[in-house]
Amino acid sequence: MKPDTAAAAETLDTLATLLAGGGVEVVDLTHTLCPDFPVIVLPPEFGQCQPFRMEEVSRYDARGPAWYWNTFTCSEHAGTHFDAPAHWVTGRNVPFGTTDEIPPGRLIAPAVVLDFSKEAAEDADFVLKAEHIEAWEKQHGTIPGGSWVLLRTDWSHKVGTLDYVNMKDDGAHSPGPDASAIHLLVEGRDIVGFGTETVGTDAGQGHHFAPPYPAHSILHGAGKYGLQCLANLDRLPATGALVIAAPLKIRQGSGSPLRVLALVPKQGEGK
Amino acid sequence: MTGAKPPTKPATERLTEPPKKDPRRKTQQALVPPQGRSRAALAMSASAARSVLTLQICNDCGRVQYPARDACASCLSVDLDWRPVSPDGRLIAETTVRTSTEPYFRERTPWRVGTVSLDAGPTVLAYLHGEVEAAPAAVRVLPYLDRSGNAVLMALPVEGSPAMSEDRQLRELTADPKYRRVLVTDGRNPVGRAVAQALSDAGASIVFVGIAEAWKGFAERDELLAIPKVEIMDLDVTDTTSVEALAGEIGGKTDILINTADHVRAGGVMSRHGVTTARDELEINVLGLMRLAQAFGPTMSFRGADQDNSATAFVNILSCYALANWPTYGGHSISQAAALSAVQCLRAELRSGGIRVISLFTGPVEEPWYQTLPPPKVAPAAVAKAVVEALRQGTEDVAVGDIAKDVLARFAENPKVLERELGQ
Repeated sequence: MKPDTAAAAETLDTLATLLAGGGVEVVDLTHTLCPDFPVIVLPPEFGQCQPFRMEEVSRYDARGPAWYWNTFTCSEHAGTHFDAPAHWVTGRNVPFGTTDEIPPGRLIAPAVVLDFSKEAAEDADFVLKAEHIEAWEKQHGTIPGGSWVLLRTDWSHKVGTLDYVNMKDDGAHSPGPDASAIHLLVEGRDIVGFGTETVGTDAGQGHHFAPPYPAHSILHGAGKYGLQCLANLDRLPATGALVIAAPLKIRQGSGSPLRVLALVPKQGEGK
Repeated sequence: MTGAKPPTKPATERLTEPPKKDPRRKTQQALVPPQGRSRAALAMSASAARSVLTLQICNDCGRVQYPARDACASCLSVDLDWRPVSPDGRLIAETTVRTSTEPYFRERTPWRVGTVSLDAGPTVLAYLHGEVEAAPAAVRVLPYLDRSGNAVLMALPVEGSPAMSEDRQLRELTADPKYRRVLVTDGRNPVGRAVAQALSDAGASIVFVGIAEAWKGFAERDELLAIPKVEIMDLDVTDTTSVEALAGEIGGKTDILINTADHVRAGGVMSRHGVTTARDELEINVLGLMRLAQAFGPTMSFRGADQDNSATAFVNILSCYALANWPTYGGHSISQAAALSAVQCLRAELRSGGIRVISLFTGPVEEPWYQTLPPPKVAPAAVAKAVVEALRQGTEDVAVGDIAKDVLARFAENPKVLERELGQ
């Protein structure tokens, strides 16, 4: 099909007008990057996820009279962040699997929001299964190919409390998908990626699932992306949001912290 | 001897809890005693830093001399050694200094001093503890570092009262934790918890204990909170904003800072894959120390003479392999060598504030990251006990445990031999 340049231009023009006028709202799905934002906790004998750190270089002082700037350091997987396929061993041979190689066209995509906040409130170890997704689709329609699927658990409301990572003697306890859910999304719906509010795309106990870390393992093996530590999913409609999630273009990067933005129709106005 | 005489000097008056400060009054700034000493005399300071009394002994004629000189006062030989001598002696005469042109002493008069004839030979000038009987009296003469880091001798009673450490003149030479407010920087490791317990037992009025990454939870939280006077604070020495935030909160009442943060991993330079672990070691063990010093040091320095609970000491727990690399834990040794160098710099920087910088050297400790090593290993409680003793004695360099003592002794004898032996 030949691209309809005129229609595209008109659509972009309309979008710009709606953005300026507030008809399309931009929802920030990002937590502020700061030193005390939790990172994934691995057994200490493994290499660790370096949390965000910032050192002041100058602040209008003798080190630089007219300018303020900092040096920051962090893991590619600190704060609200993007997982590229190469992050996981299953995705090691996926073409375009690193942050610099991902086609830019895949960084903007529609999103559906699966709201399982009630289930997660009742059970910190809530496991999202294929049947949950199928039930959701009965209400909201089949998930379109090329979508981001965002799992809403309202877990982001727990940031700043012990309940966020929810670490116990037997590991972390937070909701996440099992293999059936991810297989359905990847093979059945051909999504672009899967996003969560928790510290990883997998459940806190995901290490004990089969396969271990099913979201990481299956998504990245199939060339799909991950988003985690998302915020404000409760401000998104079940369908109809457009998500912009562009990681830093790090050469051979496995992921990166990023600003995730969602464009949504302004609520509360007519038709 | 004085054995038959009834004691005439009363026991030291117990220190009372320092009152809350009157906010209308200027905080007394720290002054330090005169700093200049000859190179020969500094050898005495070096042994006072270890709380060991040494005197100069002539290898040619055997004369023990004091004060230090560049040549023997009897035979002019320059073949002089510093060797430990008996601290026993006899007070010959005393006086009380009631005025001085030296600002440090002007604020501290009356100051009791005397001449002591040491059993080792020389007659020395010494500060007199309040419980020392009038001359002639048997005394023990111990070396201390004054607030300028120079050796001074203090004559103590042979048997003091239980309150003798609270003597006003002695307290100038020590960093006794009683009624002082202490920050232990890392309570996640066993040494930190043992140090918190020991400082609580030693009479500290508050023991702040830093815990990094509170969001992760902390299995030993209740154990720590069960220690009287302990308050858990957010502190991550790898995070400048966290260190500055805590200094903003308690920097003005941190009298003793004990840095227990330590990142220990096995492995050396080439035996590791990449430098991520080395970076963590340097981040915590070196830059963490520097962040603490930058955030807390200036205020401590300003408060070096602030009432009876003045700021007084900055304690660093270091590996003895700071002195020579032990390749099995070579990466850690690298960070410890850098930390030791930072400690030396900090010691000079804090001297004008009268703050003692203590280096406590230990061998491997009984903790999970040294799990596979055979004994001897140092119990965390032994490290903690040594910290309290160093504060009470004002000791600057302490070795705790057989391994550290051995490594320090071998380093003093021949650093190159030590390097070769550790690298076998």
